[in-house]
Amino acid sequence: MSEIWIVVIVVGATTVLFKATGPLFLARRTLPPRVLALVEVLAPAMLAALVVTQAVAGDRELVWDERLLGLGAGAAAVALRAPLLVVMVVAAATAALTLLLI
Amino acid sequence: MSRPRFRDGVLAALPLAPAPVLFGAAFGLLAREAGFGAVAAIVMSATTFAGSAQFAAASILETGGGAVAAIVAAVLLNARYVPLSVSVASIFPGSAARRLGEAQLIVDESWALSGRSGRFEYLILVGVGLFFYPLWVGGTALGAFAGEAIGDARSLGLDAAFPALFLALLVPYLSSRRALVAALGAAAITLVLIPFTPPGVPIVAASVAALVGLRR
Repeated sequence: MSEIWIVVIVVGATTVLFKATGPLFLARRTLPPRVLALVEVLAPAMLAALVVTQAVAGDRELVWDERLLGLGAGAAAVALRAPLLVVMVVAAATAALTLLLI
Repeated sequence: MSRPRFRDGVLAALPLAPAPVLFGAAFGLLAREAGFGAVAAIVMSATTFAGSAQFAAASILETGGGAVAAIVAAVLLNARYVPLSVSVASIFPGSAARRLGEAQLIVDESWALSGRSGRFEYLILVGVGLFFYPLWVGGTALGAFAGEAIGDARSLGLDAAFPALFLALLVPYLSSRRALVAALGAAAITLVLIPFTPPGVPIVAASVAALVGLRR
């Protein structure tokens, strides 16, 4: 089997298992309140980590580029209570414009 | 507000539709350059269904990094699906086979959008996931077959749209002090770890640290 197919199969199988962890193995169990309280803070923690990686992560380096300007514009839209679509369009347009100008 | 329906999931995902097509096409293109056949690229999108891990694996193979490095990077990146999946464990109904299948629709966007109302909504998650899935796989096929004819996702600013989306979804959580501390802590840990660890590790480490720090 080629190297490519080994990667496709191993990564695919692992991801299927990762995604199934909760719904398949923990669904029929009532989690204790303490654990539930932890799961509740998991969402904001993961979202914050996703914001940071999506905005400035490179390949083992921090990259400050047009994404950050786009995120800044998006943050301003969030502060003005713009709908999700507007937030994304503002961020994308700012980043695209930055790339065009530099 | 009435109970969310499947349609609400699709509607929530509608504005995001160009992204999975363009990024899917970009993956298809990169995969071809990395030596994937079109079928292997499409099979990977259909089974893994997680953009960042697929990009990481394909780019490592393309630069000659080898299968082991590609697998390790992709598995680390996708390790975040363990905590994501645990957080929505209780919302999936039905048999084990159905839960296994529908759990595959968990992607960052479907998970994040489904939690918008303060608690995770099954129909939103499945709606967004089912809407994204054919676009992602179809986009991959487009890139793998049609190649360079397609526009560049980065030049359209789509790279910046995603952090903004996640920020917009994060803000409603921040009314609770515990959530604010968890978010700031996770952001700080992620920022510090990015230069020193392989991609994927910072997100997992940050979420674990947030949990450990708030344990009580």
